[in-house]
Amino acid sequence: MKNFRFKFDWVVLPAIGLALVLAIWSASSETWAGKLPSPGQTWDKSKLYITEPFAHRGVQDQGIVRFTLYSLILVAKGYALALLLGVPLGFCLGLSDFFTRTFDPIFQILRPVSPLAWLPLGLVLFHKNEPAAIFTIAICAMWPTVLNTAVGVRSIPQDYLNVARVLSLSRTRTLFSVLLPAALPYMFTGFRLSLGIAWLVIVAAEMLTGIPGVGNFLYQEYNSGIFEHILLCIITIGIVGFAMDRIMSIVENNLKRVFA
Amino acid sequence: MPLLELSKVCKGFGYNGSRVEVLKDINLEIEQGEFVAIVGYSGAGKSTLISMIAGLLAPDSGSLRLEGKPITRPGPDRGVVFQNYSLLPWKSVFGNIYLAVDQVFPDWTKANKTEHAERYIEMVNLTPARNKRPNELSGGMRQRVALARALAVEPRILLMDEPLGALDALTRATLQDEIERIWRRDQKTVVMITNDVDEGILLADRIVPLSHGPRATLGPSVEVNLPRPRDRKAMNHDPRFQKIRAEVIHYLLGSNPRIRRKTAPIPAFDVPLGLVREAV
Ligand SMILES: Nc1ncnc2c1ncn2[C@@H]1O[C@H](COP(=O)(O)OP(=O)(O)OP(=O)(O)O)[C@@H](O)[C@H]1O
Ligand SMILES: [Mg+2]
Repeated sequence: MKNFRFKFDWVVLPAIGLALVLAIWSASSETWAGKLPSPGQTWDKSKLYITEPFAHRGVQDQGIVRFTLYSLILVAKGYALALLLGVPLGFCLGLSDFFTRTFDPIFQILRPVSPLAWLPLGLVLFHKNEPAAIFTIAICAMWPTVLNTAVGVRSIPQDYLNVARVLSLSRTRTLFSVLLPAALPYMFTGFRLSLGIAWLVIVAAEMLTGIPGVGNFLYQEYNSGIFEHILLCIITIGIVGFAMDRIMSIVENNLKRVFA
Repeated sequence: MPLLELSKVCKGFGYNGSRVEVLKDINLEIEQGEFVAIVGYSGAGKSTLISMIAGLLAPDSGSLRLEGKPITRPGPDRGVVFQNYSLLPWKSVFGNIYLAVDQVFPDWTKANKTEHAERYIEMVNLTPARNKRPNELSGGMRQRVALARALAVEPRILLMDEPLGALDALTRATLQDEIERIWRRDQKTVVMITNDVDEGILLADRIVPLSHGPRATLGPSVEVNLPRPRDRKAMNHDPRFQKIRAEVIHYLLGSNPRIRRKTAPIPAFDVPLGLVREAV
């Protein structure tokens, strides 16, 4: 009975949802959205890209997984930079009221700026596509890490700080043995949100710069009028984003268990 | 010269209108090797007092001296067992203790430090739980880790803030025996906060009652001149025990304005009702 309930909740219901969306999609492409390829057409035109995921037939014509890997590598670089900048900034915000008063207003103003606005600045600053894209990803994605790290540091229980003081831990040891682990669960929430943003930004960055990857492929195929591939890319981007979020959330939950 | 000397220590919290004077004119002298129990009401300022001795809080006025030197900050010469254990949840039993050892004895080899930490884990009978994390331990076991951590830095004086307050009666009794055993083994100077007069009498050389707050202060010490080892059951029938207990309780009840005015006696520590009436 319990097993049935599980299947119903986790298999049957999501399947119904998927079927409904496919039905609306088909109906739309047959009625009001004439140019929208149907699910069947999308599959026919995309098969090759999925069944030969690593193919390299030309710069603009590669397997979908290969394109995704290009995007992931670029995201990884931008994301790493975001964490490298975000964690120390968050620690400074969390530890020092002085720092917070000085820089928080500026952070609040920079935070809502769109990646589309940062990218040209990146190109001006770094002259080349890839550094500009990495800069854009980092500066857009770091904010959740900055803010959550700050919250995490501020909410470290006084008890732990007392332990550090009573044992006369040195500054570095306090940082690495007490502050960092105590704030880590919060920081991870930030890391997870940051990764989501980084993945959002990559598509825009690739479109504007022409760096090869799923985002760029999507835009290329729009220009060539192969609309099926737009849908292929959207689905791929969604699945990859979802998978990354799940992985992060599993790591996060395990961390929280250890730190409870 | 006493090992620890507090003189006219006052401490309050807050400003202006919301200011509360918690401790007032605390005087206390503790000799090397003495086991002193401070007994008092909940909220009287017991943790505040121990935090000042630990160097975590500065007094508003008065002086605290350890071996004649003013206490200005925490140091490894004082081992602290916190009221809520305060173990680091991401470290194992061994990790929690090793952190302390590693900091205090930086010149030792790794093998030496490990062996030292292991010795203290064994002293509190936790060797089988060596690799467990605090959230996998029972309350009594956590308390043991906290005790081992405080002892492992080999402090001159051990400060314990209601170390057994959160434990059930049976676990409490076992740990009392362990504390007694460890204390007798290396005659460490101990200041133990407790809300249980009997616990104080069982373990301490001297009981110092802390009056009801605000402006709590220490009452006259009551020497516990019962021979050791003390037997919980036999002690209950010993008239000397009853006299000590009555003296402490009498002071504590006398310091409580609510009981003095003979309205609703609400003693915050466990005292059998019979004794409360007797003392009033
Ligand atoms: N940091 C602080 N800021 C303001 N008030 C405080 C602070 N620390 C303690 N107090 C107040 O001082 C009083 C004494 O607190 P303390 O924790 O020392 O009591 P206690 O005797 O240890 O109580 P318990 O037996 O419940 O542990 C309380 O009224 C408390 O509200
Ligand atoms: Mg307390």
